[in-house]
Amino acid sequence: MKTNMISGMQSSRFFPRRLALSMASLLLVTQPLLADVAYVSNEKDDTLSVIDLDTYEVTATLDVGQRPRGIILSKDQSKLYICASDSDTVQVMDLATHRIIKELPSGEDPEQFALHPNNRHLYISNEDDALATVVDTETNEVLAQIDVGVEPEGMAVSPDGKIAVNTSETTNMVHWIDTESMQLVDNTLVDQRPRHAEFSKDSKVLWVSSEIGATVSVIDVATRQISHKIDFKIRGVHPDKVQPVGIKLSDDGQYAFVALGPANHVAVIDTATYEVIDYILVGRRVWHMAFNADQSLLLTTNGISGDVSIIDIAKMKAIKTVKVGRYPWGVVVKTTEAKTK
Amino acid sequence: MKISLTHYWYCFRGILTREYLRFIQQRTRFFSALVRPLLWLVVFAAGFRAALGIAIIEPYETYITYEVYIAPGLCCMILLFNGMQSSLSMVYDREMGSMRVLLMSPLPRWFLLVCKLISIALVSLLQVYAFLIIALLVAVEPPLWGYLSVLPALLLVAVMLGAIGLFISSWIKQLENFAGVMNFVIFPMFFLSSALYPLWKMQEASEWIYWICIANPFTYAVELVRHALYLKFDSVAFSVTLATTLVFSVLAITGFNPQRAAAGTGKKPN
Repeated sequence: MKTNMISGMQSSRFFPRRLALSMASLLLVTQPLLADVAYVSNEKDDTLSVIDLDTYEVTATLDVGQRPRGIILSKDQSKLYICASDSDTVQVMDLATHRIIKELPSGEDPEQFALHPNNRHLYISNEDDALATVVDTETNEVLAQIDVGVEPEGMAVSPDGKIAVNTSETTNMVHWIDTESMQLVDNTLVDQRPRHAEFSKDSKVLWVSSEIGATVSVIDVATRQISHKIDFKIRGVHPDKVQPVGIKLSDDGQYAFVALGPANHVAVIDTATYEVIDYILVGRRVWHMAFNADQSLLLTTNGISGDVSIIDIAKMKAIKTVKVGRYPWGVVVKTTEAKTK
Repeated sequence: MKISLTHYWYCFRGILTREYLRFIQQRTRFFSALVRPLLWLVVFAAGFRAALGIAIIEPYETYITYEVYIAPGLCCMILLFNGMQSSLSMVYDREMGSMRVLLMSPLPRWFLLVCKLISIALVSLLQVYAFLIIALLVAVEPPLWGYLSVLPALLLVAVMLGAIGLFISSWIKQLENFAGVMNFVIFPMFFLSSALYPLWKMQEASEWIYWICIANPFTYAVELVRHALYLKFDSVAFSVTLATTLVFSVLAITGFNPQRAAAGTGKKPN
């Protein structure tokens, strides 16, 4: 909460910076400041942009493999896994040094992936090969390659670690993989071109976005049946432009956020009623999203406009848009204890 | 009799009260001044397909809807119409003689005219704030402090537009010329500025229109208000607006010739 206060003050130009800094240092005495840092993969630039979430400024741009798309943090936040799609590898970056420390055998064209709660098994979708590859991040071993539908894209592992799901863009299915046996156990048909899957915190519900179908399916994990389907309608925006991709669920279970691609809006859904309660205007072709540590902010990658919008969850408004590289795709937020200045 | 500061204050209060009374007695004028920008905001902005957002420009921190973009321009539109209308009403005042009554005051003429300009500006502010409150309904939500920081900007702009109006009125002999002023002053000033479209958009459309916008003081007035409403200060816009205000105030005051007005009335047929 205090960090927010400070960043809010610093962002106002009327507030003398020096005063804000001295107040910040006062707070430093009482408690360590948590500084959130966002990493954004720039698909066209082969780089990652690093954004300081106190100042909303890009503090570094790091070279990585070709066409970086999906990125995720290790559970201890010490490493960043990067799908370098055109390098056909998953790179591992040490976040203390910002160096690539190794590359994992990912199979061809890795796009999205998910890390098992055991912090070791990485589930990777190989878009060109209709495969899901499971890699042990410690031994670099490929543990399994599972046949899934055509053009696999979205990947998620349930927080309880029992199930992994993959969505295939052409087959239009959610493929259920048992993480114990690493076998495909079931499929659920959803609307056209499923892009992304996200489990609820209790692992009971799965949310899947369909880009062309323009819907989000809410699936009951126990029965693997669709329980709700959500449509989107934004005043003044042609329905063809509504193409849901990224999904984020707030930890308190209150909201689901859906990035609507070329509609340039993020839909806010009340998870109790499955109604869309708001549409938040962000940059062009909004793709994926990430929360900061206390979930007061939501970051969105806007591919075509080449920037990241920052949404204040309390206000349900975009408060700032930060220019990054070309075609930002994935985003994660790392929390670190700031060093005393 | 020695003229003290109290006299100046009485004079200012008198002129302000008269302006205020005129404002509350002419309710239709108040509503028309409010309906005009509201129509622009609701009809024009809605018809304009800008729900997908306008590229980020200063002072905005993120993408905005078209409604948000044109709101400051519409605030200035209120000031523009009011400034012109009220100043031109001095033509009427001159014709009907009430201005001559005012000018009989022993206080200097420049003071009377400045009082008149400030009174018009203050009354216009009420309309701008009424507009901003209604604009909240279409999600034009500037920061709370913005409503305060925009106040001096609005006041300066109102005085500037009033001064321009006064300057023009000194060249007009009859009230009927107001339609001409609408056509040749108000509309070009409003349309050829950054009120409706950002300047880069104007430049895309036509280079020479862009240069006219750059030369138009109303552009700077709009930008000053736009920045102030979002707690930012545009020094270029401020300097241009201030300079324009000073130049036109001097021109208007020196050019204001009651003799000529009286002569004009005298020459009128019937």
